[in-house]
Amino acid sequence: MDAKTASSFLNEPPRTQMLNRLWEFQRAKHYISDADITTLAKDYDISEIEVEGIVSFYHFFHRKHAGKFTIYLNNSMTSQMKGFNRILEAFERETAAKVGSTDPTGTFGLFLTPCIGLSDQEPAALINFYPFTNLNTLKVREIITKLKKGVPIEEICDHPKENIHYTTDKQPGIFFSDFKSGSAISKLVALQKVGVINKLKNTRLSGRGGAFYPTWMKWQAAADEETTPKVVVCNADEGEPGTFKDRVLMQKVPETVIEGMIACAYAIGASFGLIYLRSEYTWLHDKVEKALQKYRDKGLLGNSCGGITNFNFDIRLQLGAGSYVCGEETALLESAEGKRGEPRTRWFYPVQKGYLNLPTVVNNVETFCAATRIIQYGEDHFRSYGIEKSPGTKIISVSGDCKYPGIYEIEWGMTLGDLLDKCGAEEPYYIQESGPSGTVLTVDEADTPFAMFAEFFTQHIRCGGALTIFNKNRDILDILLNYADFYKQESCGICTPCRAGNYFIERKLERIKNGLASDDDIEELNQWSLIMRHTSRCGLGKTATNSLINTLEKFSDYFESIIQQDKSALNVGFDMEAAIRDYEEFKN
Amino acid sequence: MAKLINITIDGRNILTEEGRNLVDVAKENGFFIPSLCYFESIESPLGTCRTCTCRINGKFGPACTEKVREGLTVEVNAPDLKDMRKALVEMMFAEGNHICPSCEKSGNCDLQHMGYELGIAISRFPHLFKDRLIDYDAKRMIMEHNRCIKCMRCVVEIKNDDGKNVFSYQNRGNETYVGIDYNEEKKLTREQAIHAMNICPTGAIIVRGESYGMPFGFRKFDKSSTRPDYNTPVKSNNNKRKGKPKKKTIATVSLAGCFGCHMSLLDIDTELLDIVELVSFHKSPITDIKKFSKRCDVGIVEGSVCNDENVETLRAFREQCDLLVAVGECAIWGGLPSMRNSIPLAECMEEAYLNCVTSEEGNTIIPYHKDLPKMLDRVYESREIVKIDYFIPGCPPDAQHIWKAVKNLLWDENYSILYSEFKYD
Repeated sequence: MDAKTASSFLNEPPRTQMLNRLWEFQRAKHYISDADITTLAKDYDISEIEVEGIVSFYHFFHRKHAGKFTIYLNNSMTSQMKGFNRILEAFERETAAKVGSTDPTGTFGLFLTPCIGLSDQEPAALINFYPFTNLNTLKVREIITKLKKGVPIEEICDHPKENIHYTTDKQPGIFFSDFKSGSAISKLVALQKVGVINKLKNTRLSGRGGAFYPTWMKWQAAADEETTPKVVVCNADEGEPGTFKDRVLMQKVPETVIEGMIACAYAIGASFGLIYLRSEYTWLHDKVEKALQKYRDKGLLGNSCGGITNFNFDIRLQLGAGSYVCGEETALLESAEGKRGEPRTRWFYPVQKGYLNLPTVVNNVETFCAATRIIQYGEDHFRSYGIEKSPGTKIISVSGDCKYPGIYEIEWGMTLGDLLDKCGAEEPYYIQESGPSGTVLTVDEADTPFAMFAEFFTQHIRCGGALTIFNKNRDILDILLNYADFYKQESCGICTPCRAGNYFIERKLERIKNGLASDDDIEELNQWSLIMRHTSRCGLGKTATNSLINTLEKFSDYFESIIQQDKSALNVGFDMEAAIRDYEEFKN
Repeated sequence: MAKLINITIDGRNILTEEGRNLVDVAKENGFFIPSLCYFESIESPLGTCRTCTCRINGKFGPACTEKVREGLTVEVNAPDLKDMRKALVEMMFAEGNHICPSCEKSGNCDLQHMGYELGIAISRFPHLFKDRLIDYDAKRMIMEHNRCIKCMRCVVEIKNDDGKNVFSYQNRGNETYVGIDYNEEKKLTREQAIHAMNICPTGAIIVRGESYGMPFGFRKFDKSSTRPDYNTPVKSNNNKRKGKPKKKTIATVSLAGCFGCHMSLLDIDTELLDIVELVSFHKSPITDIKKFSKRCDVGIVEGSVCNDENVETLRAFREQCDLLVAVGECAIWGGLPSMRNSIPLAECMEEAYLNCVTSEEGNTIIPYHKDLPKMLDRVYESREIVKIDYFIPGCPPDAQHIWKAVKNLLWDENYSILYSEFKYD
């Protein structure tokens, strides 16, 4: 937990410690008191309301006692499919806590949280941020009984499996092969800055968080900035429901993440690095911190990093506090600065003014890992995988209705059908790619390849890293309602179309669910979705309705089957019984 | 001086200085781009309200966060963009609880003004009626969360002499609101407080004792408008009635309303003579005919739907009228009766029938009888029950406005409705 070593490499204002301080209070007392707020406001010389604004933004910070054992049960779609309701009941029964509060003694607090990056081993929950996977009612009883008896939680928690099922047909693959610390760093001097960036250019490496922006352009832009110091940020805030590839990369090969950041720092001339780790992965914190320490001990981080003169660079690990939008790069920077995680406008780009207004490169975990491997193996090796315009491999987290949920490292160019076969998909019907903000696919598209850019094929799947499979027994409306609720809660709330739009979308979906919708409702749903896509401030709002728009298009039969068929009807769907129920109940 | 560059707005070439804000450049050159959060002195621009969305070099984006540069091509007035911007303002009306008749800022409100400028008659979105707080606890200000559009102006602009923020966003997602720091607010000078009230684009920040500082009548926005029909009627050419038109039948009803719209109908004055010639009233409070005995050409609906009898009446109107017109705010989106929508029905009933100040102790009852209409869980808009063909906004709509609209519907004659005829602040 010692961040002092890294902090000497950049004069960070005290306020950047805000989230860490809040975590200290939260862990020690299980809530953040008025006095804590006053203390922080004084320490950082800001108003109390500003501190309260920060606390209330992150859903893992509580203003009321959250229980000695705080349980966060995942309510994402994969969890719902694997028996979420039963597990929730079991937790309520065993702990006597109602969801959203603690039991009367304050021992257990029970809360819901969206995807915790364990979609391959659902239902899963975090208890005091220790992972518990593959839950069933018996297991819940056992866990709670042991905790009541005082068995230390670290003794009973699970150690999530990596579940790496496939690493391409060739050996050794790219991301998960053996890695010796320092093997990429040792090549930096020979390559020089321009060589590093050229390697990325030649391999067309692009942003693996899902935006696929050419990595070399970002690094080049940062290298060209005259302002110093510069900063490298690793986005390990993997919040997209159904995605867990970054988790496995950090579990299995954290060294390649660190080394990618070092390579970036070398190429752009940065002196400070920051890994923003989502707090759902608190259980990985020590592992990554240990890896960092190992690098420092070996002289691969710190002054004369890797023995390169005048190259001083160190990395600090920052924990988030529960917010999906912080995966957006500018929101992440705000959060790392100890503020509310509200995305910035594009008035400046992070490479111009990023972390603390310094030139900053923000890249996803997988991007850094890929950069390391490109330097380690050379560009030809990387290009020997994949296809012409999309060289290399992609890691995809597969979950849902399939026999082998887990990690698949595929070569770009593999078709959807091949991947479905490999993971043992069971009657796939509704296939969600890149999480709720991605695209919905059907088995009709089995021949479509995964690729970053179009080439010999017309359609391609630009997958950010998740594939969630639903079979025919899953209700499409339930899926869409789950997504709508997720976005409604996770929107940062400052731009109108996202904050209000997601709310309207949910209302409309509820209307369909209640059997009151007509053609007009479907048409409106489509139009509203497009308005959100075109006018929202950041990627969250712009992509929140992607699945919905796709579903309306690809599953129009389904909607036709559940809406009012009488197209000339002058009456609008209205449930009189439901509307007078309150009154009838009240008079009794 | 900055470099001069060329940009194109809606096909017109404009010479301007590089790096300036697109909203300003457009405004100077006569292009109206709506904006609610943009405030010249705030750097960098907030980009929160999104109502300035344009097509910039072919991509959708807000004008306020765009620095002009050589070759920039901007589309402002394409029909899809106009509709999109209108939708965003409609969203704000539907999201908050904006009851203009009871708002201090009415007539001096950016949001209301934008509603008029964009010609919003009705929000396409369902009103959310979220229960929101009115925070009276600050010393000098009242924070009316029902009216806040979360534009962020006060959050970044208002600081006291210690340099501390007085306002800050709280929560996130649909629970986001702007919180006020009571301690820091105390330290604001009177001028700073009034500045906060003035930069608020709605009536969310009200300074005690100052809220009616601007007298009604001296309005900020009545003086000019971008609309061509602000005070000159737009000429139309198809109003030559050929012979005597066929007499038409109108039915009217007031559901949960105050009959104000009906009163407004009577304000047509001398044109009433015209009306008698042209139409006959069937089922209507004017004729006291209770039941439909024939089909009508137009049904005029005033008021919202608050009980099961309203639902039945409205359905009967839909069945018997060729065209159905919702008149006034209550029929359109719930209006004043919908103020109860953020409060559970049980609480409303208790307050009205049991704990009311005029009720006699031990002699209170919630009326319930099979012959009495049953209260609905909330007040509904007329379009939530039946399809409505046209909406005439206003509280109440101007008599001329109603009559011109009805004439247009019945005989397809065109009339300009002047801007001043549909401003009701």
